[in-house]
This record gives sequence, structure tokens and C-alpha cells, in this order.
Amino acid sequence: MGEAIVITSGKGGVGKTTTTANVGTALAILGKRICLVDTDIGLRNLDVVMGLENRIIYDLVDVVEGRCTVQKALVKDKRFDDHLYLLPAAQTSDKSAVSPEQMKQLIDELKQDYDYVLIDCPAGIEQGYRNAVAGADEAIVVTTPEVSAVRDADRIIGLLENEEHIKPPRLIINRIRSHMVKNGDMLDVDEIVMHLSIDLLGVIADDENVIKSSNKGEPIVLDPNSKASIAYRNIARRILGESVPLQPLEDEQKGIFSKIKKLFGVR
Amino acid sequence: MDVFVELFVEVNVVAKQKQPYVTMKGTKDGLTLHLDDTCSYDDLLEELEEKLTASEKAESDGPLVSVHLKVGNRYLTPKQEEELRTLIRRKKNLVVESIESNVMTKEEALEWKRKTEIVSVSKIVRSGQVLHVQGDLLLIGDVNPGGIVIAGGNIFILGALRGIAHAGYYGNKEAVIAASIMKPTQLRIGDVMNRAPDYKTDERNEMECAYIDEHNQIVVDRLQLLAQLRPNLTRLERGV
Ligand SMILES: Nc1ncnc2c1ncn2[C@@H]1O[C@H](COP(=O)(O)OP(=O)(O)OP(=O)(O)O)[C@@H](O)[C@H]1O
Ligand SMILES: [Mg+2]
Repeated sequence: MGEAIVITSGKGGVGKTTTTANVGTALAILGKRICLVDTDIGLRNLDVVMGLENRIIYDLVDVVEGRCTVQKALVKDKRFDDHLYLLPAAQTSDKSAVSPEQMKQLIDELKQDYDYVLIDCPAGIEQGYRNAVAGADEAIVVTTPEVSAVRDADRIIGLLENEEHIKPPRLIINRIRSHMVKNGDMLDVDEIVMHLSIDLLGVIADDENVIKSSNKGEPIVLDPNSKASIAYRNIARRILGESVPLQPLEDEQKGIFSKIKKLFGVR
Repeated sequence: MDVFVELFVEVNVVAKQKQPYVTMKGTKDGLTLHLDDTCSYDDLLEELEEKLTASEKAESDGPLVSVHLKVGNRYLTPKQEEELRTLIRRKKNLVVESIESNVMTKEEALEWKRKTEIVSVSKIVRSGQVLHVQGDLLLIGDVNPGGIVIAGGNIFILGALRGIAHAGYYGNKEAVIAASIMKPTQLRIGDVMNRAPDYKTDERNEMECAYIDEHNQIVVDRLQLLAQLRPNLTRLERGV
């Protein structure tokens, strides 16, 4: 029986879909059987970022409404043998097409067959969010180093903490720009972690290659040399329970790095 | 059975002849009426009416005299209290100022407990969350921006206050707010409000308290000042 992890944020556009695609791919590379579920009904993206758009035949709403089995709707990612599958969102319905109970049933079914089910959550705290968290056992909150994103992350963490079936959420800080942090123009990692007081799972630098690779439908983790790729792989290893120290964002940033390490603790 | 009847008769006789249900005492702040707490309520009313009519104090045209009722171990319903007030008010210049009873209902007692106890809570009050207690609040954790804590009494925060705190929610202007780190977006005490300056300060704001000063404004100052400003915060009976 696998585990279901919801990737959520409150604020839109901070990198939930990018994180789901890359962490899922990294876990598949590490040999786990992964199913990605796009719950952003009406605004599906995960298929595009994964480069699987042209293979979609059925979607999540078809499954819930009984037009096909889950197996039929799953899109296999041929790059990873039998390790990575995607359940795409419907593009022609909206969030109300699915209820939290139906969603939980679906995720429970998928957990039988996969090591990890990663659920890409839509922005906001309404029905789409409730659907996405209904079947989750764990949660990853994504934020960027902006005050408004951190505020929304805090709100989401508060809601997640009230969900008794979900373990304490963990944090990914996305799109850190080290020169802005250095100049004090951006919140730094320990400020954010201190403020939200949850465990830090990883930090991803702002990197235009992330955008480029998403546009090509090839998640950046497939490029072994980029910093963002290493960061995503490390996050995957931490999810598997390994203790991997945080990588410095830039080589000369020793000061911040040592602080982060301290915050990250002994994990 | 016989014994009971006898006893009843005897008590009744004794009460009628020797022990009045209502005793009056003039004091420097008016008139104190001690009302017997063992007789029936109706008997009490009857005798009160009689006594007050007879008393020349009640009939004079002089200035208003305030009356303090001491009802001992009798519980009076709000309706009965009203009835007593009306009865006494009809006697020209008498007006009931206080009614003192040794007893209260369980409900009132619980309410009283809720309003005076210190409720400790260990959590982070996050954006969008509201934590509301009737008495004093001891929060072990932070209040993040967008989070709100409300207390009928004082608010003590072992942690950072970065959201909104409202002390003395039911109008108590003596209430205070204290925090290990005082960086609120807004402070409210009773009906007075104060917000953070629009500019960012580098002040650390550690160990501070907020209270309403003599100009009816919320001021923030060192925590240590509370000892003088609000001596009532000390509930230790015999001191240190
Ligand atoms: N680390 C990064 N560096 C640079 N660009 C990034 C990074 N992470 C995400 N992006 C870009 O930010 C944009 C939004 O990312 P993404 O779609 O993953 O966000 P989202 O949270 O899923 O958005 P939505 O709320 O709309 O679902 C995309 O163009 C993506 O390529
Ligand atoms: Mg998305």
C-alpha cells in the first residue's frame, strides 16, 4: 500500500505543477512506482509539463463518472518503463464535477498499485483544494519567497493541520534568487521557515531552464547537471527518508548555507 | 408524621413571634435589609411590604436612600429580583442598589469561571484562524499575520505576535496584551484600536506589553511596567 502526497500552495503559479512533475519523475528514477494525479479540473497542466498531452484518451472525471476504469485512463510515461503514470484532469468540466468522497475512493484505489501517488492541487482553498486533500496522507506546501505567497502558505498550513488524516505538512521554497536575498530584497530561507514553523523539505533556485524544460515537456530532473535538477532529486530522496543536506544555492553563499543546514537539523 | 407537624408549627410560631424575616439596619451608605433565607419567598414579600409601609424612612419625602439587600443562602431568579426592586421602589424614596446572595446557579458559576480563568493554548495561530477565549489567554506559540486572538481578559503570548490581538473583548479597558515579540498588525483593547506603523522598523520589540493609557490610547512599552500599571495581574495571595 503506497502513500498519497498532495502538493499544494494556496497562491497560484508558485510551482505546484512543476514540483509534482519533477519530484514524481525523480522518485521514478529512484525506482519507485509513481502515479501523478492532476486535480486541477478545467485548468489541466501536468500533462503538458510531462509531455504527455497527446496521449490522453480518458480523464479523471471519466473515471469518477464510471465511463472507464482507472487503468484505462492512466497515461503511461514510456521513458520510465513501468514506473511513472499520469491520471490527467478533465479539461471540459469544472471542480464541482468531483466530490471529496469520490476523490478519496479513487486515491485509495491508486494507492494499492503505486508506491507514491502525487496529487497536484489547484490554487485556492475551495472545492478543488478539498478534493485534492481528501485522499492524501501527507502534504507538501510550495511557496515562493514573496510575502503574499508565504501568507497563503500559512493559511493552507492552518487548514492542513486541521485535517486529521494528513501528517504535518512539509515545505518547499521555490524560485529563490540568491542575489536578491543577498541584497535583502527577498525573504530568505530561514525567515520563511521560522515564520511558518514546519519542516523544510527543500529549496529550488529560480532557474530559466525550469521554464524551458517544462515547455518542452521534459521535466528538468532529466537533466542531471542543473542545480534545480539536483535539488528535486534531493527532495525525492528526503521523501524516501534519506537525510540529505541542503545544497548551497550558489557556491559563494557559505553564510546562508550553514544557517540553512542548522535549521534543517539532523534529518 | 406527627413530629413533622409539630416541628412545623413550632418553627412558624417562633418565627412569627420572635425572629422577623426582614431586619433593617441604617448605615452610612443607606439602608441594609437582611432577608431571611429559610422562609418561603411569598412570606418574605408579605413581611417586606408590611415593614416598609410601617417604616417612616420609606415614607419621607427626603432624598433617595439606597437599599442593599442581603438575601443569604437564597437563590433569587432574575424575575424575583425584579419583583423585589419594584416593590421597594414603590416606597417613594427607596431604591435598590445591590442584591447580595451567597449562592449562584451552576451555569453562572461556570460562566464566572470561564471569564476569570487563564486558558493556555499551545499552537500557532495561522492566517485565517481565530482563537477566542472568555477569560485570559496564555498562548504558547505565535500569531502569524492574518491570524486573530481574542480574549475577554488579558492576552499573554509566549511567542511572536504578528497578527491581531483583541484583549478585553467585552469592554474591559484594564486588559493588557503582552508578547515575547510584539510585531502586531493591529492591537485592540476594549473598543480602542491601534495599528502598526506603515513603515517597517528594525526594532526588535522583545518582551513588550500594550495597555490603554490615561489618554484612552493603546501604548506599547516594556513588559516590566505592568507590575505598577496593573497590580491586579498579581493573583498571588500573600505576595513574595
Ligand atoms: N524554480 C523555477 N524557476 C523558474 N521558473 C519556475 C520555477 N518553478 C516554476 N516556474 C515557472 O513558474 C510558472 C508557474 O509554475 P507552475 O505551473 O508549476 O505553478 P502552479 O503552482 O502549478 O500554478 P497554478 O496555481 O496555476 O496551478 C511556470 O511557468 C513554471 O515554469
Ligand atoms: Mg498547477
